Amino acid sequence: MTQTHRIPGKGLLIDRARPVRFTFDGVEVQGFHGDTLASALLANGQRMIARSFKYHRPRGVMTAGSEDPSALVEVLEGSQQTPNVRATTQEIHEGLTARSQNRIGSLRHDLLAVNDWLAPFFSAGFYYKTFMWPRAFWERLYEPAIRRAAGLGSLSGHHDVAVYEKAWAHCDLLVIGAGPAGLMAALTAARAGAEVILADEDVRMGGRLLSDQPAVGGLSGPDWAARTVAELAAMPNVRLMTRTTVTGAYDDGTFGALERVGLHVPAPGDLPRECFWRIVARRAILAAGALERPIAHPDNDRPGVMLASGLVSHVAKWGVNPGRVVIFSNNDSGLATARHLTAQGIEIAAYVDPRAIPVTEDFPVYAQATVTGTRGRHGLRDVAVTHAGGTSMIPARTLALAGGWNPTLHLTCHMNGRPVWEESLAAFVPKPGMVPGLSVAGAARGRFSTAACLADGVEVAGEVLRDLSLRPKKTPVPEAEDAPYAIAPLWAVDAGGRAWLDFANDVTTKDVRLAAQEGYASVEHMKRYTTQGMAPDQGKSSNVAALAVLAEATGQGIPATGTTTYRPPFVPVSIGALGAGGRAEGFAPQRLLTSDAKSRAMGAPMIEAGLWYRPSYFPRAGENDWRTACDREVAQVREAVGTCDVSTLGKIDVQGRDAARFLDFVYTNTMSTLKPGRVRYGLMLREDGFVMDDGTCARLAEDHFLVTTTTAAAGLVMRHMDFVHQAFCADWDVRLISVTEAWAQFALAGPKSRAVLASLGIRADLPFMGCTHIDLGGVRARLFRISFSGEEGYEIAVPTRYGASLFEALLSAVHAEGGCAYGMEALNVLRIEKGFITHAEIHGRVTADDVGLGRMVSAKKDCIGKAAAHRPGLTEPGREQLVGLMPVNQGETLSAGAHLYNERDLATRENNQGYVTSVAPSPTLGCWLGLGFVKDGRSRMGQVIRLDDGLRGHKVLVEICDPVFFDPEGGRMRG
Amino acid sequence: MVDLIADKPFQGLPLSIGRASVEGMDPGPVTAIQPFPGATLPMPFPQAGQVLAQGGGRLVWAGRETAFLMGEAAPDLAGLAGVTDQTDGWAWARLSGPDMAAVLARLCPLDLRALPVGTSARTMLTHLPAIVIRTAPETLEIGVFRSMAGTLEHELSAAMRAVAARASLR
Amino acid sequence: MRIPCPCCGSRDRREFTYYGASVFLDRPAEDAGLEAWDAYLHLRDNPAGVTRDLWYHDPCQSWIEVERDTVTHAILSTAPVARRRA
Repeated sequence: MTQTHRIPGKGLLIDRARPVRFTFDGVEVQGFHGDTLASALLANGQRMIARSFKYHRPRGVMTAGSEDPSALVEVLEGSQQTPNVRATTQEIHEGLTARSQNRIGSLRHDLLAVNDWLAPFFSAGFYYKTFMWPRAFWERLYEPAIRRAAGLGSLSGHHDVAVYEKAWAHCDLLVIGAGPAGLMAALTAARAGAEVILADEDVRMGGRLLSDQPAVGGLSGPDWAARTVAELAAMPNVRLMTRTTVTGAYDDGTFGALERVGLHVPAPGDLPRECFWRIVARRAILAAGALERPIAHPDNDRPGVMLASGLVSHVAKWGVNPGRVVIFSNNDSGLATARHLTAQGIEIAAYVDPRAIPVTEDFPVYAQATVTGTRGRHGLRDVAVTHAGGTSMIPARTLALAGGWNPTLHLTCHMNGRPVWEESLAAFVPKPGMVPGLSVAGAARGRFSTAACLADGVEVAGEVLRDLSLRPKKTPVPEAEDAPYAIAPLWAVDAGGRAWLDFANDVTTKDVRLAAQEGYASVEHMKRYTTQGMAPDQGKSSNVAALAVLAEATGQGIPATGTTTYRPPFVPVSIGALGAGGRAEGFAPQRLLTSDAKSRAMGAPMIEAGLWYRPSYFPRAGENDWRTACDREVAQVREAVGTCDVSTLGKIDVQGRDAARFLDFVYTNTMSTLKPGRVRYGLMLREDGFVMDDGTCARLAEDHFLVTTTTAAAGLVMRHMDFVHQAFCADWDVRLISVTEAWAQFALAGPKSRAVLASLGIRADLPFMGCTHIDLGGVRARLFRISFSGEEGYEIAVPTRYGASLFEALLSAVHAEGGCAYGMEALNVLRIEKGFITHAEIHGRVTADDVGLGRMVSAKKDCIGKAAAHRPGLTEPGREQLVGLMPVNQGETLSAGAHLYNERDLATRENNQGYVTSVAPSPTLGCWLGLGFVKDGRSRMGQVIRLDDGLRGHKVLVEICDPVFFDPEGGRMRG
Repeated sequence: MVDLIADKPFQGLPLSIGRASVEGMDPGPVTAIQPFPGATLPMPFPQAGQVLAQGGGRLVWAGRETAFLMGEAAPDLAGLAGVTDQTDGWAWARLSGPDMAAVLARLCPLDLRALPVGTSARTMLTHLPAIVIRTAPETLEIGVFRSMAGTLEHELSAAMRAVAARASLR
Repeated sequence: MRIPCPCCGSRDRREFTYYGASVFLDRPAEDAGLEAWDAYLHLRDNPAGVTRDLWYHDPCQSWIEVERDTVTHAILSTAPVARRRA
C-alpha cells in the first residue's frame, strides 16, 4: 500500500519527510510521522479495521478521538501486547505491530461473521432467554462457549514488564481541554498570575480549531492556537500537558489523568508507557468541547461511515482523502461541514437533511430526505437516499453522519450530579455546581460557536479567578465565526433493517425498543438489558440517541427518561498505569536488619515479618532442609548459646513525670511500681477487652521507660498509645516517641550466654528482668536480661550504625562457645516449648484470661480495656483457653489451623472444641508440640482430644497439657 | 573487648541521573525534643513546618509537638522535654537538581508550594514515612526510617530514571 | 479526598488512617455500667449528613476529629483531639 488516499499538501500533524513503517495484520504499511493508526490505514485505503463485538460485522473508523466505538485493535507483542487500543489515538511508530481483533480467520473472512446471518436470533436478552436449560449446562457448557466467542482483544499471558509511572501535580487552576474555550480560559488565568495546568487529550493543542480551521482573530484556527500555546508555554506559571486525558473528578479538587508518555515511541527504554496523574487543583474548568453523535439508520455501520467531525479531522490533520462523500445531517453544523469540505476540493456527492432547508449550495442537496440504507460488503459503496421523489442509490466512499452534538460533560457527573436536557440543543448540558470547584466553559456547556467558546473561556476564567482572589487582566476576545446552531432532532430512521445505536456493543434501535416492550423501560434497565453504553467507549456516541429511542418507545419524553450515570474513568485506564511502581520492590517498603547482608551471606533464607526480612535459619554444610538446621539451632541454644537479631520488635520511648501513670493506664498490670533498672512483662488490651499486644517494659530511669512491642503490632501500638495520650491525657507530663529504628538489638540465649558477654567485655551481673546501660568499646549501649527462649537470656542494644559490627562480634563469640546464630524457625520452636505466646495466639479474639494471664489485669486501677474485659460474655465459663497439645503417639505431626473435637465426635461446627494456633517439632522433647485453645481447657488437662485438619486431611489424637512444655519452673531462665 | 565499627545506611548513593542527583548525608547528631505541657525551653521551639537555627545546628519541626535538633549536641532539658537520640533512627539523603520537583512528584503527594525554602514537613514517599526539609529551591533533604534506606534508593532511582527519560521527548 | 490536618495543612487522604466515630473520645468511667460501655464501644449512628469521626495523620502523628458530610463529602472542620485536654 502506498498512501493512495492522501490529499496533496494537507495534513497539519503529519511530517511527509518522515515515513514510518508498521504492520497491520502482518502486512507492512507506510504512514507518516504524526499519523495515528486510523489515519495511516485510511490514507492507504484500508477502511475495514475491525469486526464488531456481537455480529462480527466489518467496522471502520468513525471518529478521530478516544471516543471511537469501533476501531479497536491489538498492538505490540509479548509482554507489551495491548488489546482494545483505539486506532484513533494510537500514534504509529517504526516497528509498531497492530492486529485486528475478534475474528476467526482473516479480517475479511471472519468465520464468526455467521453471527450476522443469525442476527434475528440474537436480540437483546438472547443469552438470558436461550441458555436457561438444563440449568447445569450454564456453567459447564454455555458460558465457556459464549466467552470464547465473545470479547475483543486478547492478553499475552505474560507479565507486563514495561515502565509505568504515577505522579502528583498541584495547581490553582486545572483547565481540561485546549480548544478555543480552554485556551482562552488558561490564558486569562495565567495572565492574572494563577498557576495553571492545561491538559489536553490530543497530541497538539487547539481542539476543533485544528480540524474546522475557522479564522480566529485574523489568523487561521491552527495558527491562532499555535500562537496562544506558545504564549502559554513561555509563562513560568503554566504547565501544558498534551496526550493527557483527565479521567475522573474526585473529592476536594483531586482529578485523575492519564498521560500517554511513551506509547508513540519505538524503543521507550526507561520512558514510561503511561503516567497516571493525580492533579490537585483549587479550581478547575472543564472545556472538553462536545462529541458528535451519529444517526441510526439501516446499515449505518459499514466501514466508510464516519461522523462528520471525524471526517473533517482526518482531512485537516492527516490529509486523508475520503473519496466521494455523502453527508447525512439534521443540523447546521453538518451543513457547514459540507461547505467546508467542498471548499477544500472534496466531492460532496449529496447533502441529505430531513429539514426543509434551501437547496442553493455548490453540491447536491436532498432536503426533507433521509438515508435509508447502505451497500458494500467490506466497505461503503452506495448510499440509499429517500426523498420526495423516491429512493436514489448514490455511489460514495464515505458517509458522514452529523446527528448533532453532545457536550462532553462526563466529568461533571462523576460525583453523582445529573445534567439537564436542553431542548434547543437537543442535548444534555451540565448544571452549575455538579462537582464542587469545577466550572464548565464553551461547547462542554452547549456554547457551540467558536466566538462563543472563546468568550466563554474568558468569562468563566474570570469567575474562577475571583474565587482564587486573583484579579483578571483585561483579555480581549478574538473575533471568530458565531454561527447559530439549529437542529431538528432525528435519532433514528425507520426503513426496515437494523439501525445501529451503539456500534461498540452492537446495539440497534430494535434492541432498545424490545427492552421497552419487555418492561425494561427505565434507562438503567435498558442499558443493562441491551448492554448499550457498556463497551470500552461507555456509549459516548450512543447514550443520548439510545435514550431518545427509549423515550419515544415509552412515550415518556427525554427529560423524564433521564440519562445513565457517567462514572470514571472517562477513557479506559490500564491497570499498569494505576499500579505503577507497585511491582516487586515497589510493592511495599523492605525493612532490612543491620544483620541482613551477613545473614544472607551465611545462606539464610529470608522470610517476611511485616515489612521486615528476617533469617529463617542458618544452614550449615550438609543441612539440606529447614528442619535439620532448626533442630540443630534449638539444641545449640539449649546446650550452649545462640544469637538472634531482634531489632524488629517495636521500641517506644516514654518520658515524663507522668510516664508511669500513663503506662499504668495502657497496660493491664502496674508499671509504676517497677524499679529503675528493672524490666516487667506487660499486657495491653484494646478498649473492647481483648488482648492487643504484649511485650516488655523497662524502667531506664525514674521518668524514663522503654516499651517493647511485638514486631507485627509495632505501628498499631504506637498509634494506640498516641490515641490514648492525645484523647485522654494530653495534659499529662508524658511524651512518646518510636526508637525502633535507632537501636539494633540482639538476643543471646543459652547456658553459655554469660560467657559470651564476658568475652565481649561485658560484666553480666544483671539479675533476671534487669536492665542497665553499658559501655561497649566506647559505644553507649543497653543490656537487658530477658528471655524468649526459656534459657538464660540477654538482649544487647547498640545504636543502629553499629548493628552489623556487633552481629559479627556476637557470631565469633557464640561460635567460640559452641553456639550459633538462630533464625525464626528455631526462635519459634524455643518459644513454643516454653508456651510463650505470639500473635498466633493473641489474634484479636482472646482475653487476658483466655491466654492464662487473667491475673495480670490489676484490680487496683483502671486501664484501657478493663471495663469491657469484665463483660459477661468474656468472663463466662465455656471460653476457649490456651493449652498445650502433644500427640498421643510421639511420632505424629501436628498442624496449625486444625480444629479440635472430642475423640468420637464428628467434625462439625457444633462439635468444635477449639483449634490449634502454633505447632513445632521439638528436638528438646522429641515430638511435635502445639499451642491452641480448648473450651475450658485449663480444667481438661490430660484429656485426649482429636486434632482434625480438614484442609490437609490430617487427623491426630493429642493430649491436652500445660502450655509450658519445658522447664515449667523457669529455673534455666532465672539462672 | 569489642571494637564496633559504624556503617552507613545507603549502599547505592550518590546517584546522578539526568538533571537530578541524590547523595547520602550525615546531618550530625539528631535529637528529638518533645516539650512537656507548659514547659519553657531555653530556646525557641519551631511551629509546624518551621526550621530554626540553633547554635551551630538547626531545630527542625518533625511532627506533632516534636522537633529534631540536628547538627548540634542536645542541651540538658531534664524535666522540660522528652529527649531521645534519633541519630541512628533515620537515613538522610539530599535530592537536588532542576528535576528535584519532578522526581518528588513521582513519589510524594506533597504540594511543594506548601514547602518553601527553609521549612520542613512530614509526609509519605510512596509508602515510606518521611521528613523532608527544603534547603534551597532545588534541594530537598529527605529522612526515612533507617531500615528503609534501600527502598528509598530504589524509589528515587526509579523516579529519576523515568523523569530523565522524558528528555528524549523534548 | 483531602483532609486539612491542623498541624500540616491540606493533605491527601492517603496520609491518614481512619479510626471510627468520635464517640471514642467520650470514654465512660470504669464503673459506668455495662450499658454505657456497650454504647461507647458498639453503638454508632450512621447519618446521611454531618458526622464526626477520628483520623490519624500518620506522618505527624496527630489524632484529629473531622466533621464531614457523608452525602456531599464536604469536610466541614478538623481539630486535634488533644485540644480537649490541653
